[in-house]
Amino acid sequence: MPDGAQPVLDVRGLKTVFRTRGGEIHAVNDVSFHLAPGELLGVVGESGSGKSVTMMSLIGLLPSPPAEVRAGEVRLGGVDILKATPDQLRAVRGVRIGFVFQDPMTSLNPVFTVGNQIVEPLRTHMGMNRRQAQARAIELLDLVGIPDASARLKDYPHQFSGGMRQRVMIAIALACDPEVLIADEPTTALDVTIQAQIIELVRALRTKLGMAIIWITHDLGVIAGIADRVLVMYGGQVVEQAPVRELFADPRHPYTRALLKTIPKVSGVREARLQVIEGQPPILGAAPAACPFRARCGHAFERCARENPARRAVGSGSVGTGHDVACHWNPELEATDA
Amino acid sequence: MFDAAPRRPLVEVRNLKMYFPIHSGLFRRHSGDVKAVDDISFDIYPGETLGLVGESGCGKSTVGRALLRLYELTGGSVTIDGEDVATLDAEALRRKRPTMQMVFQDPQASLNPRMTLAAIIGEPLDEHAHLSKGQRLARIYELMDQVGLNRNFANRYPHEFSGGQRQRIGIARALALNPKFIVCDEPIAALDVSIQAQVVNLLEELQDRLGLTYLFISHDLSMVRHIADRVAVMYLGQIAELSPRDALYADPLHPYAKALLSAVPDPDPTREGARHRIILEGDVPSPAHPPQGCNFCTRCPQVQPICHQVQPELQQVAPARFVACHFVPPQQAPRTGSTGATTEAIEPKQQGVKP
Repeated sequence: MPDGAQPVLDVRGLKTVFRTRGGEIHAVNDVSFHLAPGELLGVVGESGSGKSVTMMSLIGLLPSPPAEVRAGEVRLGGVDILKATPDQLRAVRGVRIGFVFQDPMTSLNPVFTVGNQIVEPLRTHMGMNRRQAQARAIELLDLVGIPDASARLKDYPHQFSGGMRQRVMIAIALACDPEVLIADEPTTALDVTIQAQIIELVRALRTKLGMAIIWITHDLGVIAGIADRVLVMYGGQVVEQAPVRELFADPRHPYTRALLKTIPKVSGVREARLQVIEGQPPILGAAPAACPFRARCGHAFERCARENPARRAVGSGSVGTGHDVACHWNPELEATDA
Repeated sequence: MFDAAPRRPLVEVRNLKMYFPIHSGLFRRHSGDVKAVDDISFDIYPGETLGLVGESGCGKSTVGRALLRLYELTGGSVTIDGEDVATLDAEALRRKRPTMQMVFQDPQASLNPRMTLAAIIGEPLDEHAHLSKGQRLARIYELMDQVGLNRNFANRYPHEFSGGQRQRIGIARALALNPKFIVCDEPIAALDVSIQAQVVNLLEELQDRLGLTYLFISHDLSMVRHIADRVAVMYLGQIAELSPRDALYADPLHPYAKALLSAVPDPDPTREGARHRIILEGDVPSPAHPPQGCNFCTRCPQVQPICHQVQPELQQVAPARFVACHFVPPQQAPRTGSTGATTEAIEPKQQGVKP
């Protein structure tokens, strides 16, 4: 990431809580990160780690109640969009921030043609007339690699295959030239050869259009191939943040380390037995007073139960820009002590 | 034909066909077939894990279900432990069931929410074994110990368990009758990464301890590399390549196997950047209208005119390696400076022509 560049998106201290009949669920706890122009930030975590809820909170897509964004600020080009009125927010969503969801079948409306759904944001947000919008829609479908674009505008979502539908979703998200594209598990529902096509497409679009991308996934392989920088989330918190190569070469958080060891590899040395992370992810019934990973951690000590670790810088960088980790255990100190 | 070793296979599949009829029009006339599995043959040896990989819709789950005769086969035979499962009558099939069991993908959907854990694991015992109450309970506890479930949970319901634990319940149920052969149909697909390893390690431990034979169906090629001894790659109802695991992952021979393996993301940014990725064009054709000739000809980067006309047969090209492609000649061993008898494979096999 180029140092000193003004971030397009700056998130600080975000907290999201769900009120349920069984009590509160603290899904996102004090999450901070930023996104530089043109950067691809990967967000990894298991289900329930808070990665999707964080991104939905940013742009007010969570139904409230039960969800409540309790604290934090989200600066998009210097303006806090958490304080925005619904009208102001509408001018951000889909315009300055585009969204691609996991399952293209449920996020496209089955009773409208694909053309209809691409034209809609163009007409509402960009003030285009029917003809201009139509021309732009064809251009967009071309851009995302859908053959015979002008004819396919008249087709309904069910007439497209899974990979083609995800291309349509990307076309809609890109319709208003967003500064930020948030892709929430965009390839999880797709087959691996189709996933490779979509990843290739996003790579090409990035070079061409230069928007910043947040890519949420649970697949470390996808992250390794596409991201510049990675946030690792666990129990509603950012537990580690690093440039992609550094994260894979020198993971610092015990969770990241364990996660990298637990996945089998498709090439290289084949492991005799897979390493296991025992136990289950936590249920976040209260604001965490302790490290959420301590019950499954091999390095946990007394302090981990007493105090939730803050993110601290690894090496020379500062928190948020270089490599940082939220863990009391410090392998370097241990090495020098011994 | 597929004997790699002199051992006797536990499962012998010959020319398995599974077509699902399409009925259309006013009188719901039989107007065509979805050829989910179209003429495949393979063996599984005792104590072995055969991985079955492919993309959604390629027919891999149908193979698994057909092997246990959860469907009535359209054609072919499935010999498990000396008996042809495809032709057994109802009573004989019932007696055969204990030897062959299944672990399903979605533990949420395959466990009855109104039955306790003990009732779920005990049900196959009630059906097939004649045990006293005490013996039955002892067996249930033994099974729970084997799969790592706490005995105190015996009277709880499936919703009280996490996904990984539910999959353990499904495995305990499959083990209840001491089967020889278990079909694992995407057993880890619904689980989180950190839980997947727990379940896979459990399956491996059980195999070592009980001498089980697995058909492991999955779309996760990395996990199949970890667990399988041999791997069959399916495409559109047929086997494209069947090879020992290490040979396949080091040097896939079929163009589809090559593309599939190259598409798997590698969790290592340095290796990931250096890899040559084959991006396939387009989508898998519908199994109701498979293309003429080779079923991969619509997406194959090396397609030739012959591929559109003649269907290649799965044939041995190297020791224990079987490939269905006109352009993978047998005995590919150029490094050893072998004899030049490689041309005959390119010659089309006329009996493979589709009508």
